Amino acid sequence: MNLNQIMTDLSYFIPEMMLTGVLLLVILFDLFQKADTSIRSGYVALGGMVLVTLALIGQDVSTSVGIFSNMLAVDPFGNFLKILVSVGTILVMWMSFNSNELKNRRVGEYYTLLLVLVLGMYFLVSATHLLSIYVSLEMVSIMSYLLSGYLKEQMRSNEASIKYVVFGAFSSGILLYGFSLLYGLTGSADIFEIQAALSAGTATPALMMVILIMILVGFGYKIAAVPFHFWTPDVYEGAPAPITAFLSVGPKAAGFAIIIRFFNVALSSAGNPNMEAWSALSNMDWQAVIGILAILSMTVGNVIALQQSNIKRMLAYSSIAHAGYMLLGVVVADQTGISAVLYYAAVYMLMNLGAFFVAIHIKNAFDTEEIEDYKALGYKAPVLGVIMAIFMFSLTGLPPTGGFVAKFYLFRALIEYGDMYFWLAIIGLINGVVSLYYYMRVVKAMYFGKIELPDTIHHAPLNVTILLCVLALPLLFAWMMGDPLSIYAQNAVQFFIK
Amino acid sequence: MENHLLSIVTFLPVFGAVIIALIPKEKLDIIRWGAAAITGLQLILAIWILYIFDFSTAEVQLQEHYAWIPAFNIEYFMGIDGLSAPMILLTALLSFLAIFTSWNIDKAQKGYFALFLLLDAGMMGVFSSLDFFLFYIFWEVMLLPMYFLIGIWGGPQREYAAIKFFLYTLFGSVLLLLGMLALYFISEPHTFNMLILAEHSSQFGGALLLGMNAGKVIFILLFIGFAIKVPIFPFHTWLPLAHVEAPTAISVILAGVLLKMGTYGFLRISFPVLKDATLWFALPLAILGLINIIYGAMAALAQRDLKKMVAYSSVSHMGFVLLGMAALTPAGMNGAVFQMFNHGTISAMLFMLVGVIYDRAHHRDIEGFGGIAKVVPIYAGVTAMAFFAGLGLPGFSGFISEALCFIGAFPVFTWITIFATIGIVLNAGYFLWAYQRIFMGELNSKYEKLEEINNRELFALIPLAIITFFLGVYPTPMLNLMSSTLNHLVEAVKTAGMVAGL
Repeated sequence: MNLNQIMTDLSYFIPEMMLTGVLLLVILFDLFQKADTSIRSGYVALGGMVLVTLALIGQDVSTSVGIFSNMLAVDPFGNFLKILVSVGTILVMWMSFNSNELKNRRVGEYYTLLLVLVLGMYFLVSATHLLSIYVSLEMVSIMSYLLSGYLKEQMRSNEASIKYVVFGAFSSGILLYGFSLLYGLTGSADIFEIQAALSAGTATPALMMVILIMILVGFGYKIAAVPFHFWTPDVYEGAPAPITAFLSVGPKAAGFAIIIRFFNVALSSAGNPNMEAWSALSNMDWQAVIGILAILSMTVGNVIALQQSNIKRMLAYSSIAHAGYMLLGVVVADQTGISAVLYYAAVYMLMNLGAFFVAIHIKNAFDTEEIEDYKALGYKAPVLGVIMAIFMFSLTGLPPTGGFVAKFYLFRALIEYGDMYFWLAIIGLINGVVSLYYYMRVVKAMYFGKIELPDTIHHAPLNVTILLCVLALPLLFAWMMGDPLSIYAQNAVQFFIK
Repeated sequence: MENHLLSIVTFLPVFGAVIIALIPKEKLDIIRWGAAAITGLQLILAIWILYIFDFSTAEVQLQEHYAWIPAFNIEYFMGIDGLSAPMILLTALLSFLAIFTSWNIDKAQKGYFALFLLLDAGMMGVFSSLDFFLFYIFWEVMLLPMYFLIGIWGGPQREYAAIKFFLYTLFGSVLLLLGMLALYFISEPHTFNMLILAEHSSQFGGALLLGMNAGKVIFILLFIGFAIKVPIFPFHTWLPLAHVEAPTAISVILAGVLLKMGTYGFLRISFPVLKDATLWFALPLAILGLINIIYGAMAALAQRDLKKMVAYSSVSHMGFVLLGMAALTPAGMNGAVFQMFNHGTISAMLFMLVGVIYDRAHHRDIEGFGGIAKVVPIYAGVTAMAFFAGLGLPGFSGFISEALCFIGAFPVFTWITIFATIGIVLNAGYFLWAYQRIFMGELNSKYEKLEEINNRELFALIPLAIITFFLGVYPTPMLNLMSSTLNHLVEAVKTAGMVAGL
């Protein structure tokens, strides 16, 4: 690896370098701010994040390459997810400016940590080497622990952080053990070489299953799939609300990215960048294992969400269910399946961030997180009520919202794949019906019951209203389908293959 | 413009809903009259559609055909034939009249009328779309306004009724979605176009799904989806609750139009597309029809709540539709669709009349009245007429359609038909008994000052009464309208059966 090679590789690395620059700038800038003006560091971070996102959009990924000795890949798949998490970050920063929880404290390091987390996700979605996978996963995790404990003086926030650390350390330990077995078996940590060694087919199915499950513990924890979900409700409830919103979309999307990349590249029989004539390794039926995880996640998430009275906890459990839906697409693991997952992740980001942002604003304005207390909100704050109802319908997956279109793509992929996944589709769709009940509890609280018209109508600040509209409008127009996003998601299913 | 009539008729209420949303909520009269004007215009257009409709052929007319999502071969495909034309008229008519029944809505009127118009658009869309995907979207879009209309403006148990209705129908819908996707992937080339699916119906019998005959599996999936809407026993439990808790106008729409969507779905999709499975399922369908007729009538007999009685009578009347169409004879099929139309007009009248008395007495307990015919003679007269129409007295349209269902079913399901006639006796029983308890005998002193039915209410009732009476005496225009299409459908299903050797 000579200097020229490094220079070439760095030219593919510009967005990451820009992000590093931005985060160093924020640290420096924050040194010159007093506590009451530290919000300016947030503005700098937001501005920088916008520039980085633009750089990502402008990045030419038409030819996939591996950089730094194939530690990382620069390909359409990674690029799509990087843009996705960047947009999510911008939205979350925007909402963080409006969060009461973060008022009256120094927030410089909050935005710095958030940027580091983003950098970690950039690495995670493009990692193609066991080491880079592990390091980036830890980078994401550690930043998540810190951010969920950011409200230092609150017991709940501390509890969230500690629980997160304990579960996280445990599962990454198991992941590492799985990796070490894989390394011992194949003699390489590069996932392309692992693929080559595994497809020679010497490993016994039993051993492969042990490795598979250990790796799934690590990845499953990141996406909060059942049975690795136990940290989710407490962390989601205790963390600052914008961080909760972020955890439910950003690191989750990145977690899906690494699952898809790792399984489709390392554990497949034929490396093909466009996923044509692709199949899973013959001695390892990981599709079935992921199918079981999907069923568990959907069902457990939905059933427990039915009983929640706190909106953050309800959304936390429902996010477990949504991870289950997305796993259905991972099971299909072909071009349609993966593009459906990508599309779902993008739509889910819009609707889930939206629901959390409304909850944050309600918490600011009415100081409550109980669904019961949303009573008559549809009359007290008509705009907020309608927008929240749109998010709830979309999360349920009712036409004509984006949530329906996303689910339609997923189930279409399942049914197209063949007879054997028809049951999965049935279970998935019936789960959607179950989720209707708890999402509609929010709508019911907002609109039903005795109507007492309030004296004054509550209006959210203009910037919050704009933010919410930015999230809600695409959901309303997604039914036109054939929309740019779905085409973009289809084109994004291209991995770098050595 | 003629080529876009169906789109205009479907999306006119959406336009109206937007307009109403922009009117300040204090301008109550403008909101009401605006809604009336929009639905009135829709009714005029619907009549015009019937006027230019050529009923001598089974061809689909007024087609609008555009690519919508080419990647999935999804089309924006609208069109009507003799099956959907009566339903379009029914929807437009009942929507218009239900606006006048909604005049007394006392809270959040703006939201009410806007949602009502959206519901109207959804119903129209279901009856005019010929692409399964488009059909499904309209089918689902209807649920949201209905949920709010029951949940906000309904009776005491409205919240429970609304969520129960929503859960039931959504459960049905997801099975419909599964069936739809399975049809799409089995058909070659993949399509959602109902007409092409019907042409290729032989493909579905050969394929396998879940290790079974794909046609039968898909038929069952679609069956549950549609059966919940009809509702067919044992999927009917949402109905009494929803009908009773909904405000009057919404009960009218529920009974008058929404129930028809289930049977319409059978005739539009299940029967023509899955012909083999239809023949296989004809007997169970007839038995379910019989259960609906008898069970619905017995349940109605047991009710003390007048509205609940009318709701259960719907279950019974829809049973005739099932029996008629299961027979797969021209008479039975025509009777079934005619019964769909007639039940639409008659049950609408019944629910409106229940609404009239409830607005005045604030209860609906059949035992709680008595002798009020002396105080409100006009109301008693109109109710008598509606009840007679409901029990299928000759001279009213219900008689003709029920008779046709029986004539059609008798040669095929002789014993089932014989048992089903018991339902007629039971129907007469609960209607007459209820009438007797409410209007005859000693006058209940509480109701000496009961207010007579007013002109607005009469305005909503009289057109329906005239139609019921007219079609009872001279049903030919309506039968002409539908018979080409339906006879063609019966023939197609039968021929497929002969080919398959069933």
